[in-house]
Amino acid sequence: MSESIVYWLQQTLNALQLGSIYALIALGYTMVYGILTMINFAHGDVFMVGAFFCFIAAVYLGLPFLPTLLLTMAGAALLGVLIERLAYKPLRNAPRVSAIITALGLGLFLENFTLALAPYPKHIPALLENVTWDLGGVSVSSLQIIIICLSLGLMFLLDYVVHRTPVGMAMRAISWDKTFVPLMGVPVDLIISVTFAIGAGLAGAAGTMYALAYPVIDPYMGIMVGWKAFISAVVGGIGNIRGAMIGAFILGGVEIMVTAFFPSTYRDFVAFSLLLLLIVIRPYGILGKPRTQKV
Amino acid sequence: MSDTADNLDDLQLEVRDLAVHYDGIRALHGVSFTVLKGEIVTLIGANGAGKTSILRAVSGLIPYNGAIGFEGQDLKRVAAHQIVKRGIAHVPEGRGIFGNLTVRENLQLATWQRSDKDEIAADYDRMLVLFPRLKERQHQPGGTLSGGEQQMLAVARALMSRGRLLLLDEPSMGLSPRLVQEIFRVIEDINRSGTTILLVEQNANMALRIASRAYVLETGTVILSGTGRELLGDHRVREAYLGT
Ligand SMILES: Nc1ncnc2c1ncn2[C@@H]1O[C@H](COP(=O)(O)OP(=O)(O)O)[C@@H](O)[C@H]1O
Ligand SMILES: [Mg+2]
Repeated sequence: MSESIVYWLQQTLNALQLGSIYALIALGYTMVYGILTMINFAHGDVFMVGAFFCFIAAVYLGLPFLPTLLLTMAGAALLGVLIERLAYKPLRNAPRVSAIITALGLGLFLENFTLALAPYPKHIPALLENVTWDLGGVSVSSLQIIIICLSLGLMFLLDYVVHRTPVGMAMRAISWDKTFVPLMGVPVDLIISVTFAIGAGLAGAAGTMYALAYPVIDPYMGIMVGWKAFISAVVGGIGNIRGAMIGAFILGGVEIMVTAFFPSTYRDFVAFSLLLLLIVIRPYGILGKPRTQKV
Repeated sequence: MSDTADNLDDLQLEVRDLAVHYDGIRALHGVSFTVLKGEIVTLIGANGAGKTSILRAVSGLIPYNGAIGFEGQDLKRVAAHQIVKRGIAHVPEGRGIFGNLTVRENLQLATWQRSDKDEIAADYDRMLVLFPRLKERQHQPGGTLSGGEQQMLAVARALMSRGRLLLLDEPSMGLSPRLVQEIFRVIEDINRSGTTILLVEQNANMALRIASRAYVLETGTVILSGTGRELLGDHRVREAYLGT
C-alpha cells in the first residue's frame, strides 16, 4: 500500500477509537436533554467515577475484563439514578438555572469526593492481553478493535431500544411533551430514571474503555472529556441520538487529524474552533431540528 | 337521587366538592356531579369556566381538594398512570398527539398497562376499521396528520386503553362542521357499544343534543343541571350558550 493510504487508514482507526468513547458519553447528554430539556453537567464526572469503578473492580476485586465492564456499567447506572432522584427530580419545576447550578455543583462534588478517596492518579492494570497486528503497515491493536466494536455494539443496542421497544417509545413520547404521557398509563418518573440509568451506564462503559486505552486515571479526567462529549452532542443536534454518535465521530476525527498536522497543543483549540463554526452554520446541529423528534 | 343499592351500582363517577387551585388562584370550587354507567354526561361552560381542570383532576394530572370516586373507589391517592388502568381514558384538550411517534406507535403507547397481546392486536385492527383514515396513515408521524385526523387518533388512542369511562375535552375544537358531525357520530357509537362518556364542550348545541344529562359551569362552579333536553330548552342556556 502507498504510504499516504497507510497513514490515513491509521489515523481513521485512531479517530474511530476516540470517537466511540466520546459517542458513548455524548449519548447520555443527549438522552437526558431529549427527555427533560436539561443539560446534565455532572455527566462527565459520572464517566470519571466509572473509570474509578473499573479500577476498584479490576484491582480490589481482581475481576477480569467482562465482569469489570458489567459491574462498572451497573455502578454508574445506579449513580445516574441516584443523581436524578436526589438532585434533579426535586428541582423539576424549579427555575432552569437552579437545575444547572445543581448539576455543576454535583460535578464538583463527585470530583472532590473522588479526590478525597484517591488523592493520587491510579494505574489500571491491563485487563486484556493487547496484541498488535501489522496489516500492510497499519498497526491495529486488539484493544482498539475491542473498544470500537463494543462501543458500536452498545450504540446499536441503544438505537434499537429507543426506536423499537415500548420503553424507547415512552422515552420518545416524553421528549415530545410529557404533560399527557401519564394518560397513556406510562409511569413518567420511572421512564426518566431508566433514561438516566442507560445514559450513565453507557458513560460507565466509556470510563472502562478509556481506562484501558489510557490507563492512568484521576478525578479530573471527566472534565475535558465531558465537555468534548457534550459538544459532540450539540454538534450532532442535542436530543438526537444518531446525531450524538455522528458528532462524536466528527470530533474524534478532527482531533486526530489536527494532531497529525499541527503541534499537539493545537488540538483542542482547532477542534473547538471548528465546532463553534459548525454551530454557527447549523445552530440546531447536524441532525437536530427546531422541534421534531428529540430522543 | 335515592340511595338504593341499584342506584349505587349504576354510579360510575362521583365528584364531590371538587376544588382546584393554580398557584393559589382558585379555578374550581364546590363542584359536585355524578356520571352513571352508560350515560353521556356533558359539561358546558364558557372559556375559563374550569371544564378542563375538572377532567385533569379526574385523571390525576393535577392536585385537588374534595373527593373523586370511580366505581366506588376513591381516586385521591391513585397516580395518574394508574388511573388509566382503573378504567378511565382521557382525550385531552388539544388532542395531545405525540407528533414524533407514528400513528401506530401512538396507539400502541396507550396499551402500556395492558398485557393481553392478542386482544390488543384485535383492538388495533378494530380502530383501523372505525377510523379508516388512520389505516392509510399508520406509519406516518402523528405530527403530519390534519387536525381532524389527529382528533380521530386521539379518540382511537383513548379507546386502546379499554377504559369504561371516556373523558373527552372539546373534541370538536377547530374542526370543520362536517368533521364535527362525524366526531359526534363516533361519540354516540362508542357510547352505544357500552362506554360511559363525560364530554366537555363549548359547542353546547351538539353536546346537549347527545347528552343524557348535562351540567353548566360558570367561573369554577356548577350553576345549572338537568337532562340534555331540559337544558336545550332553558332560557338561560339558550341566551348564554346557544346564542338564541
Ligand atoms: N396551568 C394553569 N396555571 C394557571 N391557571 C390556570 C392553568 N390552567 C387553567 N388555569 C385557569 O383556571 C381557570 C379554569 O381553566 P380551565 O379549566 O382550562 O377552563 P376551561 O377548560 O373551561 O376553559 C381559568 O381561569 C384558567 O385561566
Ligand atoms: Mg378547556
